[in-house]
Amino acid sequence: MFRLVFRRLSRWAVAAPVALVIAGLSGCGSAEPAASPASAAAGAKEVNVFAAASLTGTFTELGRTFEAAHPGTTVKFNFGSSATLAQQIVQGAPADVFAAASPATMKTVTDASLASGPATFVRNKLEIAVPKDNPAKVDELKDLTDPKVKVALCAEQVPCGAAAVKALEAAGLKVTPVTLEQDVKATLTKVELGEVDAALVYTTDVIAATGRVQGIDFPEADKAINDYPIATLSKAPAGDLAKQFVDLVLSPQGRDVLTKAGFQSP
Amino acid sequence: MSSSYDSDTSGAGAAAGREVSGRLPWMLVLPAVAGLAFLVLPLAGLLVRAPWSTLLQRLAEPQMLEALRLSLLCATAATVVCVLLGVPLAWLLARVEFPGRRLARALVTVPLVLPPVVGGVALLLVLGRRGLAGQWLESAFGITLPFTTVGVVVAEAFVAMPFLVISVEGALRGADRRFEEAAATLGASRWTVFRRVTLPLVMPGVVAGAVLCWARALGEFGATITFAGNFPGTTRTMPLAVYLALETEPEAAVVLSLVLLTVSVVILAGLRDRWVNSP
Repeated sequence: MFRLVFRRLSRWAVAAPVALVIAGLSGCGSAEPAASPASAAAGAKEVNVFAAASLTGTFTELGRTFEAAHPGTTVKFNFGSSATLAQQIVQGAPADVFAAASPATMKTVTDASLASGPATFVRNKLEIAVPKDNPAKVDELKDLTDPKVKVALCAEQVPCGAAAVKALEAAGLKVTPVTLEQDVKATLTKVELGEVDAALVYTTDVIAATGRVQGIDFPEADKAINDYPIATLSKAPAGDLAKQFVDLVLSPQGRDVLTKAGFQSP
Repeated sequence: MSSSYDSDTSGAGAAAGREVSGRLPWMLVLPAVAGLAFLVLPLAGLLVRAPWSTLLQRLAEPQMLEALRLSLLCATAATVVCVLLGVPLAWLLARVEFPGRRLARALVTVPLVLPPVVGGVALLLVLGRRGLAGQWLESAFGITLPFTTVGVVVAEAFVAMPFLVISVEGALRGADRRFEEAAATLGASRWTVFRRVTLPLVMPGVVAGAVLCWARALGEFGATITFAGNFPGTTRTMPLAVYLALETEPEAAVVLSLVLLTVSVVILAGLRDRWVNSP
């Protein structure tokens, strides 16, 4: 939880100078009409990207790359649970791009005819996360069925929870968790604080929390791989810019950033 | 409300009282009506958007009753804890001179200003499995609070207690101390004075505080989900169920919210008429 708050703060800390620089640039732009084509179109532009919480680190980085390549453009992010974001978009939130952590949440948006032709850009695998000292000596998925081992899972309504159910089913195991958390970060926090002995989270979350938790691979994770779809919204206020952002995510450069964070190529 | 207004204006009133009854000052009435609308409109929104056709079917879902039962149970248990600890604390703050009393008074209100999620994290750091006191609780007694129903009660009591303490302390400070002094000069011990004189005097304050405390506990979300987790039957209270339902079924979330609202309004209205009418 602290980490989330901190991340949000640090994002502001990054965003403020960026915004200042952009304000400065757009001021210059109006003085000198011969600016680059992107900023010449209509001064400062904005792309609103709604993305799954697990994409926070990578997309923030890609956003900065995009802004550097398109002077005068700001990429604004709304990170959160994919299901919540999908609901916000259906309720009319002004989004240009939606990157979801599961096809099911993307379907909420495509079913409402707000986007079409989503493309899978990465895949994410589950891992067992345990506290640094692994107090319950967990080393395979079967250990999670021991009633003495306290396990946190995501709620089935959110993508990481659905994937956990699928993986456990594939393994033919029945785990009774002590809590069903609202999103993957909350689940991981319970491991970091040592309140549970193990949790099923994404590989990318384990990598992001290196030093605070330990990750354990398990073979059944291959049966529950999450596809991440991305799409521009049909009513995207940013129009072409939205498409260009999606192109960046799908480009080799984008893939590089994502795989470095632990995502797999589709 | 209206009856007390009538009795104020038509009662044995001084000349000033009669003058007031002439015309309602719009400077007060306009913001009052706006304030009321502001508080009531979201409720109306829930009513308008409620899926009335499938309401009964959704109400009968076992998870709904389970969450409601858990909510009522935990809020009531938390209120009992708050009364048992909060009334003596209020007495201490109002009646006993001790160094650091002002600081203690300020500290009591900390849970009011603390975002509940932060309160939940703080509880984890103290009472969690690796917490300062929690570690010892587990090794000595094998008790762990997180992810249990008792944990929900702890989180709710932490957040709700200030409401009771402030209410009771206010009543104690407003109570006429001459009764207590008279009892003391007649030889009553401090405990007897508290039990036979002070407590009956401030009873309306205690009840009002307990009701506020219960209402706050019933709606508690942040500290509960952080400290006690979210599992059906043990820790998933109504507010947690609403939050989770919002993810996939906004309609179910509306129904859950309506049930929580109805139950709390019925209980609070009942209590208010019975206990909290006269200050």
